[in-house]
Amino acid sequence: MKAYLTRRYMFSASHRLHSDAMSTEENASTYGKCNNPYGHGHNYALEVTVSGLVEESTGMICNLVDLDGFVEQRILEQFDLQNLNTLPEFVRAVPTTENLCVVIYDILQRGFTPAHLEKVRLEETMMNSFEYAGGAELLR
Amino acid sequence: MIYLTRKAEFAASHYYHNPDLTPAENQRIFGKCNNPNGHGHNYTLEVTVKGEVDPRSGFVVDLKQLKEILNREVMDSMDHRFLNKEVPEFLTRIPTTENLAIAIWQRLAPKLKAAQLYRVRVYETPDLFVDFYGEA
Repeated sequence: MKAYLTRRYMFSASHRLHSDAMSTEENASTYGKCNNPYGHGHNYALEVTVSGLVEESTGMICNLVDLDGFVEQRILEQFDLQNLNTLPEFVRAVPTTENLCVVIYDILQRGFTPAHLEKVRLEETMMNSFEYAGGAELLR
Repeated sequence: MIYLTRKAEFAASHYYHNPDLTPAENQRIFGKCNNPNGHGHNYTLEVTVKGEVDPRSGFVVDLKQLKEILNREVMDSMDHRFLNKEVPEFLTRIPTTENLAIAIWQRLAPKLKAAQLYRVRVYETPDLFVDFYGEA
């Protein structure tokens, strides 16, 4: 039987929202306080949802140890306590939470094989969150 | 269509063990969760039903009835229990969060009359939950 498993992780990082394609004024008006040249930080909450058939011999969709290990090594190691603007992923892209959500989805989509990646949900603060399911619509 | 979610909390203990596997395999797959004396969680259950609003009552479902069904079908048999030993489903199935969501769905689905069961969500901890939407 198919079930969906969601695991929540926390990491903290700083960023500055600034687009080289915009003028100084346009950056200021678009990003407001987030355009402050010294940057600022957030405690991000990441929710990874995977799906699959529940295996009879284990009662699991996939072993949580594998998911935790992958996220720890490939995502939290990269982003926790970092300045996002200095990372290769954000040399060209603005480190908005939209873009970060897509970057994290792509890392999981490419590298995590034990279960099907359903979606990534990323909370920048308790007041806003972003969800990405690749090309797919969010069904649930 | 309106979706309505009712929440309930229960505390239970469990351990993970497959008798068809060797002790070494059980240990490798389930790690600390394989301790036969068990360990416990405060589970949070979210049951979502869907249906049209009844024009007379303004309800999708009578919450009091839903609560009674949850109490009878889930809380009475799982709250403050050792799942492996006291809940019939888990005499033969491993009481993972996945299987718990499925078992709760199977208990509730046939009992709901007015509204249709849409989703069972079981939180094992605040940072781990499983959703089950039925077999379809």
